[in-house]
Amino acid sequence: MRRGRLIVGGLGVLLVVAAFAWACTGLHAFGHGTTRYGEMVARATVPQRAATNAVAAVTFDFRGVDTLGEEFILFIAVIGVSILLRSLRSETSEEETHIAAAGPRGSEFSRWLAAGLVGPVAVLAAYIVAHGALTPGGGFQGGAILMAAVAAIFVGGEYVVLLTIRTSATWLDIADALGAAGLVVLGFGGLIAAGTFFQNFIDKRTSGLLTGGIIPLANIAVGLEVAGALLTVVAELLDQRLLSTRT
Amino acid sequence: MSVYPYLIAVWLFGVGLWGVINSRNYLHLIMCLMVVQASTYVLLLSIGYVNHGTAPIYQGISTKALVVDPIVQALTLTDVVVEATVVALLLGLVVQASKRFGSIDPDAIVRMRD
Repeated sequence: MRRGRLIVGGLGVLLVVAAFAWACTGLHAFGHGTTRYGEMVARATVPQRAATNAVAAVTFDFRGVDTLGEEFILFIAVIGVSILLRSLRSETSEEETHIAAAGPRGSEFSRWLAAGLVGPVAVLAAYIVAHGALTPGGGFQGGAILMAAVAAIFVGGEYVVLLTIRTSATWLDIADALGAAGLVVLGFGGLIAAGTFFQNFIDKRTSGLLTGGIIPLANIAVGLEVAGALLTVVAELLDQRLLSTRT
Repeated sequence: MSVYPYLIAVWLFGVGLWGVINSRNYLHLIMCLMVVQASTYVLLLSIGYVNHGTAPIYQGISTKALVVDPIVQALTLTDVVVEATVVALLLGLVVQASKRFGSIDPDAIVRMRD
């Protein structure tokens, strides 16, 4: 049965790849890529939005509605992971888990390293989120880095922190939800103040990090949501590891 | 000549898809799916590339500078986020499968259900 499946599947892959390659020959030549829309958006970023990062301007301003959809994909996927894994958790009692947590842990050195990394990595994350409208980076990237900072605590301080994962999961859920709600509020702010959903309704010409109107605020909201979402996933998966050390 | 960057995307797509079909382990299968998704990054970024263009970030460069297409870069960002969520969800399913069947080999699980 497996062989038959591989032959049929292999033929399918070959056909799809051939059609894909054939389709690629109809694309414009590599290196002449700019579309009219992309060019217009890139030109409008600095004069109209007072931001310098055109990608952030597309993500959070010109195509903010799409990012809202993307945001909810992330949100719903995290709910899915939680539902999948928490149903397993209820099968084991609290007491058993506490015993498991006292099991093997990381070396002294790895814990010192993790503890030393938390601060600098968190500062880097805040920097990347705050400068999202100006330089490469933004909410998604900064949120992922912030996740790494907190995940370092989970990994390094295994013994202490794993016991508190269950309580911290609630806080992570709240951060996740607050971030998602923040972006929705920004969208409706545009609807109320400027008449269009996700219109950039805040004064864009302020100086410093707040330049770009809603872009820096959207970056912060998304950063909070991404960090909360990814950490929920990490916490849930680590919790599974905790359950499995029992058996 | 100028079609080669697109063919790299085609190659990644094909290799990843073959890995998904040929997989004997769900974790391996998820990795292969990530390779398939990597092909979309390569395709998107090569579609938006402009010869001698720089990143679409006007920090310290002229606003008239030649830049690559920011739209496809934003799309790639969306793509990365969606990939991360899909992988997280799939890993959750793998944990469930492992608990329920004691195996993460797709074929073994199918045999068990028969």
